[in-house]
Amino acid sequence: MKVSETTEIEIFRYLPDKDNEPFFKSYEVPYREDWVVLDAINYIKDEIDGTISYRWSCRMGVCGSCGMMVNGEPKLACSTFLKEYTLGKIRVEPLQGFPVERDLIIDINDFMEKLKAVKPYILRKEEDEKPIEEGEYLQSPAELARYKQYTLCINCMLCYAACPIYSLNSEFIGPAAIALAQRYNLDSRDQGRNHRQEMIASHEGIWECTFVGECSVVCPKDVDPAAAIQRAKVSSTIDWFMKIIMPLSKTK
Amino acid sequence: MVLQYDIVIVGGGGAGLRAAIAIGETNPKLNIALVSKVYPMRSHTVAAEGGAAAVIKDNDSFSDHCLDTIGGGDWMCDQDAVEIFANEAPKELIQMEHWGCPWSRELDGSVAVRPFGGMKIERSWFAADKTGFHLLHTLFQTSLKYNNLIRHDEWFATKILVENGRCQGITAIEMRSGDLKVIAAKSVIICTGGAGCVFPFTTNGSIKTGDGMALAYRAGIPLKDMEFIQYHPTGLPGTGILITEAARGEGGIIVNNEGHRYLQDYDLGKPLDIKDPKHPVKKSMELGPRDRLSQAFIKEREKKKTIPGPFGDVVHLDIRHLGKKKIDKKLPFVRELTKNYVGIDPVYEPIPVRPVVHYMMGGIDTNIDCSTNLPGLFAAGECACVSINGANRLGSNSLTEILVFGARAGNAAAGFANEHSEIDIKALEKQRDEEFKRITLNFLNKDGGSERISTLRKEMHQVMEECVGIFRSESGLKEASNKIEELKDRFSSILIEDKSLNFNTELTSALELENMIDVAEAIIFSALSRRESRGSHQRTDFKERNDENFLCHSLAYRTDAESRIEYKEVVITKWPPGERVYGKEE
Repeated sequence: MKVSETTEIEIFRYLPDKDNEPFFKSYEVPYREDWVVLDAINYIKDEIDGTISYRWSCRMGVCGSCGMMVNGEPKLACSTFLKEYTLGKIRVEPLQGFPVERDLIIDINDFMEKLKAVKPYILRKEEDEKPIEEGEYLQSPAELARYKQYTLCINCMLCYAACPIYSLNSEFIGPAAIALAQRYNLDSRDQGRNHRQEMIASHEGIWECTFVGECSVVCPKDVDPAAAIQRAKVSSTIDWFMKIIMPLSKTK
Repeated sequence: MVLQYDIVIVGGGGAGLRAAIAIGETNPKLNIALVSKVYPMRSHTVAAEGGAAAVIKDNDSFSDHCLDTIGGGDWMCDQDAVEIFANEAPKELIQMEHWGCPWSRELDGSVAVRPFGGMKIERSWFAADKTGFHLLHTLFQTSLKYNNLIRHDEWFATKILVENGRCQGITAIEMRSGDLKVIAAKSVIICTGGAGCVFPFTTNGSIKTGDGMALAYRAGIPLKDMEFIQYHPTGLPGTGILITEAARGEGGIIVNNEGHRYLQDYDLGKPLDIKDPKHPVKKSMELGPRDRLSQAFIKEREKKKTIPGPFGDVVHLDIRHLGKKKIDKKLPFVRELTKNYVGIDPVYEPIPVRPVVHYMMGGIDTNIDCSTNLPGLFAAGECACVSINGANRLGSNSLTEILVFGARAGNAAAGFANEHSEIDIKALEKQRDEEFKRITLNFLNKDGGSERISTLRKEMHQVMEECVGIFRSESGLKEASNKIEELKDRFSSILIEDKSLNFNTELTSALELENMIDVAEAIIFSALSRRESRGSHQRTDFKERNDENFLCHSLAYRTDAESRIEYKEVVITKWPPGERVYGKEE
């Protein structure tokens, strides 16, 4: 049980205009059972120190803005309750593995480029395009279920912060982008897997992953990117054997 | 340095992305800039849950979609716009399907639909209960295909630039560097969404501060029908997180402190037993329109039939009878949200809910091609008022609206850009210098200042909730107007502690507050002038709808003092004003 009426939040501060290096600053905030870490940071910004910068919007775990390290773990600040941390202070830092722009704001350009690189859109041969007037492509609930889980990614990047490979080698395409590629590869409407393979099956793609599985542990939406990577490895291996054994065959 | 494009889109949510893709598809030679204060996938379209309406099934018809919408809007909708909307809706949703949206399906593989409030026939396409999330991500990912689309993510628009009677671009702060840039363009589309944050208790994310509405208002464009604010009847207490109307579409019921389905006492029909195969009856009881359900809650509270809670009174939304399997398949997000944020599992317990500010029916005045009275300036989505939502929007019309009118705005802006080439760069640079001076003097280089942003915001919230909520009166609205004029005055003494340039979110918070105060002003004066009760605008001192005097759109113009309110007629094509009928034969 928490007896104190306040709690201490220690926040990573870095203002490149002013500071040569980052530092931690402590703030005393009211302790409330129903508060999430984001509520506490908003309280600090509103009432104590207007100079702290961070990203947030929906406060319901779906916009993906407020990923931060909370006591060393990647978390969405809007879905992480103060009551989960009853022993001592709470330390909040920017997501690890990314360059810091200022305070809790990281540079996500690299991630945005990676999303784009896996061609995350339906690709079809022109002759197979169905005119809008002819209605929807039929897709059974079972076909939908094959890829549905991988559509649930909110691009919060907690999986990148947890990934030991990405922290060592930022060339690694990473969990969310691979899961997104798989999302389209497994969609019955899509014909673009070959176009995505170049990126996915490269050195910086799936083969870099040593299957630590941390990405799936921290994912707030149970997307299970580790499983996506594993499935991609299996199908890439099949591609390789198909090329060797049956060089004239066509894979999807 | 001046950046120059053919078209600038401000706002990267559903409407902005749809506009960008429309231009990318039809005019690949035009250069498009998408300017947004957040990365597009953070936009608030992401939070929409229940569905998107379009006629697709054989038992449905365009005229039913139109009439449901027009009756739901209490005859304030422009019927020409509604007809375009209903006709183009199926095409847009099929287009989303072709782009990969993971719509929920029937066993035969066709898209599934579900009923929503105020609908005679089920027509809401859905992707479980994360429909907005999937639409937004599908649009964003699809937008990555177009090489003529340049994004300026995390740029904060501060001003619409008008030269020679035409909109020729905007100024925006690149948040990373703090630089104020001119983005010149032959046409500009505003797609900045709603302004729920003018109120304290809202489903809207913190970014919904009415920026585009305020920029247009300051540029002399009227804001239309701003008095019509939608309260969604089922928000979670405390946070205001939305519990989708689909929970009721799937059969959820609402009960008071006695377990009584009280909506039957408010002319919304008679309840069927939850085990009756005909439950839920469309356009009846829990599937009545949002305005009527939210108003019924207030009346029930006055009768002391609501349930007290730590964040104000609630009633119960009960979906237990749907069973775990159906809840997990069709309403997984509802279960996730209630477990996380109110600590109850809706499979076993009823959900505490109360009305919450959700949507702005009003916005930047546009015609059916999304153009405003300023040549070269277009608007679409929640920030605009075209108007298909009238005095009360029907659930699941807004997601379809951002697609239909996003695409129309893109095409219209492309047409305008193709016909107008001249841009007066020198004049725009001069305007940029003036805007830079304003921001520097008023905020960054200002000495002193005594008013905290949060203090002014809280006082605005308080007066909006107390005086401009579900029921309004002349005396309350006058109090609100006095308060807002006071806040405008005190805003000049705003305190900015952060003088840095890089990601100065204290500065952007101040600019957002300035925008919200302008939007609040337009809401209050529009509400004060409308001396009748219609849809979401209920006056305790003028309780009846008054078609003779008020079957017309309000237009709020900015002046140096209070807003000036004018009116223009509602377009009626086929459906003369009638009674709104719920829970009985039409």
